Amino acid sequence: MLGTGLLHGLKVTAKNLVGSFHDPARYVTTEYPEVKAPQPENARSFPFLVSESAADPMGTMRCVACQICEKECPPQCIYIEKSKDKKPGPDGRMQLYPAVFDIDISVCMSCQICVEVCPFDAIRMDQIFEIATTERFSALLFDREKLAKPNAYYHQLHPTEAAEVDARRQAAEAKTRAKAAKPASVQPPTAPGAKAQNPPGNAP
Amino acid sequence: MTAPPELFASDPSSRVRPVHDEFHGDLLEVSMGPHHPSTHGVFRMNVTLDGETVVKLKPVLGYLHRNHEKIGEKASYLGSLPFTDRLDYFCSMTNSWAYALAVEKLTGQAVPERAEYLRVILAELTRLINHTCLAGFLLQDGGASGTPLMYAFREREKILDLFESLSGSRMMCNYQRFGGCRVDPSPAWLEGAQRVTDGYGAFLDEFESLLTGNEILMARTQGIGRLAPALAVSAGVTGPMLRASGVDYDLRKVDGYGIYPRFAFRIPLGDHGDTYDRYMIRILEMRESIGILRQALRDIPGGPCLDPGAKLRGLRPKAGEAYARIEGPKGEIGFYLISDGSPSPYRYRVRPPSFINLTLLEDLCLGHTVADAVVILGSIDIVLGEVDR
Repeated sequence: MLGTGLLHGLKVTAKNLVGSFHDPARYVTTEYPEVKAPQPENARSFPFLVSESAADPMGTMRCVACQICEKECPPQCIYIEKSKDKKPGPDGRMQLYPAVFDIDISVCMSCQICVEVCPFDAIRMDQIFEIATTERFSALLFDREKLAKPNAYYHQLHPTEAAEVDARRQAAEAKTRAKAAKPASVQPPTAPGAKAQNPPGNAP
Repeated sequence: MTAPPELFASDPSSRVRPVHDEFHGDLLEVSMGPHHPSTHGVFRMNVTLDGETVVKLKPVLGYLHRNHEKIGEKASYLGSLPFTDRLDYFCSMTNSWAYALAVEKLTGQAVPERAEYLRVILAELTRLINHTCLAGFLLQDGGASGTPLMYAFREREKILDLFESLSGSRMMCNYQRFGGCRVDPSPAWLEGAQRVTDGYGAFLDEFESLLTGNEILMARTQGIGRLAPALAVSAGVTGPMLRASGVDYDLRKVDGYGIYPRFAFRIPLGDHGDTYDRYMIRILEMRESIGILRQALRDIPGGPCLDPGAKLRGLRPKAGEAYARIEGPKGEIGFYLISDGSPSPYRYRVRPPSFINLTLLEDLCLGHTVADAVVILGSIDIVLGEVDR
């Protein structure tokens, strides 16, 4: 009979309308600004730089300014300038650090390629998304002060991944220290030892 | 291959009234789009109307041109991968699969078993997303304002949540890699995928009782925009649009790429090639996809999901060329790469299904009204990100 299909359709709509008051399967919206949907552990938005300590984020930054991410970034939104001097890294060896590390967040397309190519676990994905601003240029160009976040924050965002990274790094550091300790016991300290006299954490 | 001739005997252009006579006056040229809610993005068509009947239709493209292919020739092989997500932004998983397949062909990279299963699971979930949204958008174009589209988006959200918890992003997944997949899914994720798969049949039943028997929908779509099989084949149309015309051509069966030959599934075919068939073919394909998903989720083996020896960064394939294609939700999506041994391809070419299916728009719309042209465009299933690239 003509119109039966319409009535069937109306039945479905009515079921959904009534269901939206009591059935969680049919009431699926989140009242966003008041209630935020939880983000999964893997969720990613924009990159940040991992620092070992929250007290001295600039001095304990893992980044060694190797510029691999700058080269690999598909939309070319990373700009790095290497430092002129070196500072001691977490494993005691002297390393460069980024004097300038800028990410243009308005260009970044959240693809995570920088994270994957980083050999030092120094850049990781953040989950921030409420960064809308009326300042079009400087507010969306994140410099290294704004990008540096402590390792504890990384653990908070991606606990499983961060634990794996920490375990791997600690193993690698122990290896390097053991290697460094052996020749030192045989030879008297020479030129490389002189560099290590730089007090830690004096990065500009 | 050829349908019974009587189905296609009526020539739509015969319905065009004679123009420029004393009763009908002049033709009217209307520019629809690029900012028009019915054109699915920034697509423009210059329609010449006789009364309300379309006598000429000229698509105007390029409003969303982003130099995709040239970027692909500048970027490294890995660097092009996230850009492929942005071609057809409903189907990022299948786009990047096709691209990864092309690079794997170029380098001879093998893919672990688990990754093959994962790719099938994600491709079929993508097909569910695409076809559900297409049905929603098509009915929106037909005048069912909001309701079917919102129901479609409610279901789509469940799959997008799966994608987000796996890859980190809802739509721009950037998940496939040369030699496998980036993240290994946890058992909880596979359970979630199983739950969505099990619940999808009930949703399709509900969706169909809302629409398939709806008299208004039938009146708006049956016999509208008929596509003859011979024309479809000669124009290179692929995907559900071709199969709605009754041509049995599905790359999952023809090429048997990946591990598709291991699954039992059927290829639904249409009889009339009209807009209603194009709608129904998608519903039927979704039911087959659910079957494939069940089999894949049951059989998925353990092991690594990315070949440990796979080279991603600084990839320099030997000089040569490769074309890889898969059956995307919209049709054959293929990538053609020529390598000259440098870190970026010498030539990078996309074979986009939406663009090639769209070339038939004028043939489908001639003789129908403007309102029908909107529904026909909806049934072709285009995404402008892929049409303009």
